[in-house]
Parts: sequence; C-alpha cells; structure tokens
Amino acid sequence: MANDVLVDIEDLHFAYDGRPVLQGINMKIPRGKVVAIMGGSGCGKTTLLRCIGGQLRPSGGSVRLAKHQVSTMSHTELYSLRRKMGMLFQFGALFTDMSVFDNVAFPLREHTDLPETMIRDLVLLKLEAVGLRGARQLMPAELSGGMARRVALARAVALDPMLMMYDEPFTGLDPIALSVIGQLIRRLNDALGSTSIMVTHDIQESLLIVDYIYFMNGGKVVAEGTPDEIRASRDPFVHQFVYAEATGPVGFDYPAPSLAQSFLDEAAHA
Amino acid sequence: MLNPLSWVRRIGHAAVDRIWRLGFATRFFWAILCYSGASFRRLHLTIREIYFSGVLSLSIITISGLFVGLVLGLQGYETLQRYGSTEALGILVALSLTRELGPVVAGLLFASRAGSSITAEIGLMKATEQLKAMDMMAVNPIARVVAPRFWGGVIAMPLLAAMFSAMGVLGGWLVGVVLIGVDDGAFWSQMQAGVDFRYDIWNGVVKSIVFGIAVSLIAVFEGYDSEPTAEGVSRAITRTVVTSALSILALDFILTSFMFRGTS
Amino acid sequence: MNRTVLDLWVGFFVTLGVLALMFLSVKVGNLSSGHLSETYVVHAKFDNIGGLKVRGPVKSAGVVVGRIAEIGFDPVSFEAVVTMKLDGRYHFPKDTFASILTAGLLGEQYVGLDAGGSDKMLDAGETITKTQSAVVLEKLISQFLFSKAADGQDAK
Repeated sequence: MANDVLVDIEDLHFAYDGRPVLQGINMKIPRGKVVAIMGGSGCGKTTLLRCIGGQLRPSGGSVRLAKHQVSTMSHTELYSLRRKMGMLFQFGALFTDMSVFDNVAFPLREHTDLPETMIRDLVLLKLEAVGLRGARQLMPAELSGGMARRVALARAVALDPMLMMYDEPFTGLDPIALSVIGQLIRRLNDALGSTSIMVTHDIQESLLIVDYIYFMNGGKVVAEGTPDEIRASRDPFVHQFVYAEATGPVGFDYPAPSLAQSFLDEAAHA
Repeated sequence: MLNPLSWVRRIGHAAVDRIWRLGFATRFFWAILCYSGASFRRLHLTIREIYFSGVLSLSIITISGLFVGLVLGLQGYETLQRYGSTEALGILVALSLTRELGPVVAGLLFASRAGSSITAEIGLMKATEQLKAMDMMAVNPIARVVAPRFWGGVIAMPLLAAMFSAMGVLGGWLVGVVLIGVDDGAFWSQMQAGVDFRYDIWNGVVKSIVFGIAVSLIAVFEGYDSEPTAEGVSRAITRTVVTSALSILALDFILTSFMFRGTS
Repeated sequence: MNRTVLDLWVGFFVTLGVLALMFLSVKVGNLSSGHLSETYVVHAKFDNIGGLKVRGPVKSAGVVVGRIAEIGFDPVSFEAVVTMKLDGRYHFPKDTFASILTAGLLGEQYVGLDAGGSDKMLDAGETITKTQSAVVLEKLISQFLFSKAADGQDAK
C-alpha cells in the first residue's frame, strides 16, 4: 500500500510574509486516483497545489512526489520533474498569441525533438480526446470558456503526465460545460493511468467523479473521506459545505471586533 | 495626520523600494543573459520579436526621421544664411542627426512604440497566468518569453536609429538642395569632410545600441514585474515609457560627455 | 502569422537598416574618401599652437593628408608637441616645413606641410624640426600697435 502513494505530504507549513496559510497538512495521494481538495475561498487550497508543483517553497514539512523530495529540489531537478506533471489553471492560461493547435503542440515542441508530422498526429489525438479536433485553427480569443478549458486540458496532458493538477477547473462554467470537464478529468485520468489532484469548491460535481476528498479550512485538513463517507458525514463543517448552508462552522463575517466596540472606536477618533 | 515621522518613514520606504527594484532589475538582467541561449539557438523566436519591435516601428521611425530632417534643413538654413555659409547645411544636418537626434529621438519613439507593447504583452501574459503555466510546463519564461523580446529590441534599435538618421539627412537634403537651392555638391562634400566615420557615426551607433539595451531591459522588466491586474499592467506601461525616456536622456548625457570630450 | 512571411519582413527590415548604416558611413561620413587606412606618425614641436585641436586636419597644398592625433607639452623645452597621423601613401622630405594656419579669417586651425628639397624622407616617429607657430591675433595687433607707436616716435 505504501508503495502506491504517489504524493506524500507530511506536516506541511507555509506562510506568506509571516501570515500562516498552511498549518500542518498531512495527505497521502494514492497512484491512479482522482483526489479533490475542497474548502472555502482563501483556505489555502491553491497554495497547497503550488507547493506540490514546486512553485512555492514550504516553510516547514515536506512534499514527496514518487521518490523525490519536491520541497528541497534544485531548479533543474524541479524542471525535469515538472515534465511529468500537468497543470490546468483556473482560466486555462492558454497562450493568447498561438492557435489552439500550437498551444497543444507547445510542450511537445519544447521538450521533444519529434518530427513535425508526429507532433501533428499527437496534437490531433489530444484534441480529439477533448472533442475539439475541429477547432485547431482557432485562436484562444475565439473560444468559449468551456472550450478554452478543454484545450488547456489537452495541452496539460500532451506529455502524458504521471500527475495532473487542476486549479479550480469548474470556475465560471455553465452546468453542461462543467459536467463535460468533470467527465473528461475522470476519463483522461483512467485512460492515461495518471493521478489527479483537483482543487475545487464545486462539491456536487466532485462527489460524482473523485475517489477521495480532503476538506480544508484555515490551513488545516478538517475532514476527509470517500464521496460516500462525505455524503453520510455528520461533521458540521462537511455538512455545511455539502448542503451549501450560509451558517455553520464557517462564519459569514470577516473576523472583527464586536460592532458596539467598532462604534465606540470610531466615536473616540472623531 | 501630518506626522513628520510618518513622512520620514514614507521617504525611507520609497527609497528602500527603489533600491530593491534596482537590485532586482540587475539580477533580472543577469538572468536574461544566462538564459539567452534559446534566443539564438532557436532564432525564429528572436526573429518574431524583431518583427514586432522593428518592422512594426518602421513607419513611425522613417516618417519622423524625414520630418525631423525637413525641419532641421529649414531652421539650419534660416540660421546659416545670416552668416553666409549655407553650404554648411549638410554638415549641420548630418552631425545633429548622427551624433544626437538619430539615437535619442529614435530611442524615444522606440520606447513608446515597441517598449510599451512589450511591457503590455508580458504583463498580460503574467496577469492571465500564462507565465506560470509555462513555468509549470518546465519551460523557463525568461528563456522563452523575456529573452527573445529583449534581444529583438536590442537588434532592432540600432537599425531603426540608422534609418532615422538616413531619412533625416535625406529630409535635410530635400529642403536644402531641392526646395531652397543650396548647391548639391557643396552640401555633400562639406558633409563628408566634416563627418568622421569613427568619431561621429560609430559613436552614434554605440549610443543607439546602449539605448536599445536600456529600453528593452526596462520594457521586459516592467512587464515581468507588473502587478497581475488590468490596472497594474497599465501602470507598468506608463512606467516603461517614462523610465525609458529619462534613462535615454540621462545615458545620452553621460555617453556624450565621454565620447565628445575635449575635442571640437 | 506565417513564418516565411515573417522571415521575409524581418529580412527586408535588416537589409534596410544595413543600407541606412552604409549610407551614413559612405555618403554622409568620410569612410570611403578621407579615411586613412594605413598611417604613420610624425611629431612636430611648436612654440604656440593657438587653437589647434585634436582630430584637426593636416594639409599639404590644400589637400588633407592626415589628422592630428595628439597634442602634448614638452616640459623640458616648454614647447607644444603635436603628433600627426599621416596617410601612408604620402611621404615628405626631412626638411619639410610645418606651420599652423587658419582656414579663412575665423575658420578652424590646421597644420600645413610645405615640402622641402631634401632627398631623404621623413620616417615614422621622426620629428619635423622646421616649424612656424600659430599666428595669435592679439600678439599681431599689439605688434602692429607697438610698431605704429615706434614709427610715431621716430617721426618726432
């Protein structure tokens, strides 16, 4: 079982300018699974993803990917490791000065010496997998949000990564596009035999496609489990999240002194 | 609250911020030089940027050069005819252009035409996470995006300045010889006798290379360092144009005082 | 944009830039005509060089044959030492006369070389011994005034 853990996060800490964002995260992400990391906005999900990808250096703890210690790698080692990682950014982050075809071909051209005909075949295969082979000549500006996300997905899997990371893949999509992306994430993961980590706050879609869910709040893992366990959970935080309740452990107000105290302070200043 | 201490603190903060940015820019310059391999190994990356900063600046540079030459011809003739030495018009036009106006004005135009668009492009790539995406694909954005733009600018700038000066000389000739009727032979021969290749023209080329490096570095740096928002990018563009203009004028003074020191 | 079209434009651009540089160096500058490819150095000492400048021309019979490379001061003889770079194609006799002249009334000053009659030619690094200093206008005027005054006294 231990050999099957692809990403192993132990007691991870991270702080921005002294403000703690992650406070002791422990996660084990098994090979071949799709794992969702959930939580409200600003709970440190994206930061966690950046730490796994090596874009941020944690202030404590460790991230191990396969057998590599990501958190202490040199730049060169990190780059060679990243060739085996794919990442889908929140809004796709397609290169706006290149066509759809060139976007998907980009990692192939940068990292391989394949002849142009083979690159063409590979790109068409990847685009076919996301159903956009016909859109290869379009520029990113001509795509809808959902299509752009699918192109970005094709680009992220161009080099058949062993680890896929998704940063809020569902943001700003209509329900149909959302479910298309969800199905694609699952299908590509199984077809390529890769492992996926998905940061999202779209609970309903995630429950349908993922194998395991971590809930984060305030820089800590507060709950975890399979979709069925999550649905059945009696944990007040999970319950609030799953059923989208306005009140619960996650407060509505930004932390502040009491209203009466604020009025008194203002009066004292005036 | 006009607390004097808070003012001192603000000045201190601004100073530290400036120095930090200067240090960062220096390290950034070094990083560009270190990661320049791809710009020349894969020449089409740089050629593309020469197109965007050079070819697209062609019209504004040649037309401005022509008009500056026309005005120089008119004003120069106006002044020279008082001393009865209108045949010196050629040397006046040529020296003003090759030594100063060519590199400086071409540099200013280059900063506002090409520099601002380089900043905008890199800034927008940053704002839409394209640079981060590239970094996650194990492609260094400095090598792939920044360095080719830098070298494209550095290569295009001296060529543009030369075109500006050449067009200016033609403009001066057009006004002086064709319109006013200064003697054609005297115009060119005085010019050739008075303009030295190494001293005047080569120094002008050196200036334009230095300005090209300065403007390109400022443009890519401001883009790379911009705040990843629409407002941040627009502020970065403004900073590119302002900083480039000031740097060109300051560098011009420094270079002139070294190049043309002590001799006529 | 298509890569070939792009290459074409950039090629056109670079050609244009190089043409402009060539125009500047050949037609505007004096790279083709007056530029001295092979030169040799000759020195000359003057009592007074007036307003002579480095890079000023050296002329013989009105033709530019070289440029002034350096102007120094000899602390032993208290004379100005002018170093000239002369065109390698032209050689001058050892007894050549160097004088500092002015082009026009207020024009730039230059070194004029008047060839002598000697059979031996000046070698590189040698010093011209026969020189005439610059005419300093103030001295000329004061000389003129003194001689006038002297004339007036004689007449008395």
